Amino acid sequence: MIEGLLELWDTLSRSALRTVLTGLSVAWGVFMLVVLLGAGKGLENGASWEFRDDAQNSIWIGGGKTSVPFAGRSPGRAILFKNRDVDDLQRKVAGIDHFTGRYWLWGEFSVSYGSKRSSFNILGVHPDHRFLEKTLMTRGRFLDDADLSERRKVAVVGSKVREILFGSRDPIGEYINIRGLAYKVVGEFEDVGGENELRKIYVPLSTAQLVYNQPDIIHQLLFTVGDASVEQSQAMADKARLVLAQNHGFAPDDRRALRMGNNLEQFTRLTGVFRWIRVFVWVVGVGTLLAGIVGIGNIMLISVAERTKEIGIRKALGATPASIIRMVLGEALVLTGVSGYLGLLGGVAVIELVASKVHDAPFFRDPSVSLSLALSATLLIMAAGALAGFFPAYRAARVNPVVALRSE
Amino acid sequence: MIRIEGIQKQYGRGSAAVRVLRDVSLRVETGELVSIMGSSGSGKSTLLNILGILDDYDQGAYYLDDKLIRNLSEREAAHYRNRLIGFVFQSFNLLGFKSAEENVALPLYYQGVSRRARNKLAREYLERVGLGHRAEHLPAELSGGERQRVAVARALITKPKLLLADEPTGALDTATSYQLMDLLREINQQGMTVVVVTHEHDIAEMTSRTIRLKDGRVEAADPERAAQEPGA
Repeated sequence: MIEGLLELWDTLSRSALRTVLTGLSVAWGVFMLVVLLGAGKGLENGASWEFRDDAQNSIWIGGGKTSVPFAGRSPGRAILFKNRDVDDLQRKVAGIDHFTGRYWLWGEFSVSYGSKRSSFNILGVHPDHRFLEKTLMTRGRFLDDADLSERRKVAVVGSKVREILFGSRDPIGEYINIRGLAYKVVGEFEDVGGENELRKIYVPLSTAQLVYNQPDIIHQLLFTVGDASVEQSQAMADKARLVLAQNHGFAPDDRRALRMGNNLEQFTRLTGVFRWIRVFVWVVGVGTLLAGIVGIGNIMLISVAERTKEIGIRKALGATPASIIRMVLGEALVLTGVSGYLGLLGGVAVIELVASKVHDAPFFRDPSVSLSLALSATLLIMAAGALAGFFPAYRAARVNPVVALRSE
Repeated sequence: MIRIEGIQKQYGRGSAAVRVLRDVSLRVETGELVSIMGSSGSGKSTLLNILGILDDYDQGAYYLDDKLIRNLSEREAAHYRNRLIGFVFQSFNLLGFKSAEENVALPLYYQGVSRRARNKLAREYLERVGLGHRAEHLPAELSGGERQRVAVARALITKPKLLLADEPTGALDTATSYQLMDLLREINQQGMTVVVVTHEHDIAEMTSRTIRLKDGRVEAADPERAAQEPGA
């Protein structure tokens, strides 16, 4: 093994310039592949990051204003959801996974605990809200059905709220004052959505309605569609529109009556784009790599032709065909392996450098190349190197020493 | 050492066929120094290739050291070339990117001898041909005579049964040629069987016996020496 490598080193270093140039083309191919893949991953991570805050399979519905007359009613009527909409939607739209309404207490509210006082956003929600907003409970519990049905004065606070009002103390069981009413803190949460999310206080939707004396008004409806496909989620959105049109008496095709958003559709469209970007990256990267490998095969053919005499001499001295194949194949393998590995290192280095420098770019985040991908790329290169070396090696092994010795 | 019986060899087929060796029989005994002479086209190169197991033949039989050399696989042929035969070529055929020492050591690489061991032995053989001080030099830095002596050392390093020299003096001037022949005779006197292919009479005369080839046949053994060695 060592002997063979030393012998390889002899021949490779003999035509050093050619070796380096050939190696460079393979290294460049691998480098490009790795950098492109890493950048693609960065774009993908960036896109997921934009969606990180909310469930990616959610549909939200807000009330709009009717724009066409319907059933004797004139247009321009505001649509406000009622409590029965919640029941009707859950009963009539098949496939709903989690469901919540939202009731905003508009503006920031002055909230106090003891002598501490600050203003926060208050939101009345259903228990399922935490799945839609991806709320992570760090202390206590989220709101539950009993809180809703008994209209309890309980609150779940963001970690920022806790920090400001309680410092490092455990807030669970303490009472905070919201607009003159005392609420018992039952839970504390984290949210990846950023500081704004952490300055929120969730209370039961029914409690919020009571406080504003609007016991049958809901501002927004949200639900997740489970693992439904985009088409299925669209069908569910259409069905929800139909149910609400019936309840509120507007034309089902009146697009203005409701404001609807389908995160799944947007997310899927985006991931579809990224799938094509990934395909593109592979095509370009592999193409570049292939060019390098074809280059290696070419160079090995030239090398074999150039060394016909040497191969003849080696054969006269007792080199077996297998040893000649080993020699040529080994050269191709070492050349592709070493230069491929260097390209890989270079590519990973660039990716890491970019990852450490770029932080808050929109739609670009944490570019990375997985270890398994790097390994399989290296193996691919080795295999391609073997392939590139095989035909020249086979040709070399078949060199007739009589003819070869006569050549100049 | 060498026994050749009725060997025939032709290139091509049908009407285009060229019969290079028509019917060649000859013997070379162990420890002999024999020359094979013939003009170009006589078939001596082909005969040499067959002797050197570089080429196969169509009819007849070739025994080298009592082994029938026929229809060998490439691997076996390589093995016998490596173990039984040392080659010396007209154009030296040294590898230009290897030093004299590495060139001499090369046949041992194909026997799996370690680098250190074969370089040590190569140094010894270079000293035997009087080139110990030139071991680190590349062939391009050596004179023609020196290069051919490196080639001789390379041919001897595997302790072959037979030393085959193909026009070994063809690229050398007269004085250097005679020095090389002296070296070959010296090696022969140490017991090595040596066959020299040449077209130069003075070189052939420095061997103990000459076999002449003409038109693919052995013309006649050297008359006077044939008389001295009736069984040859």
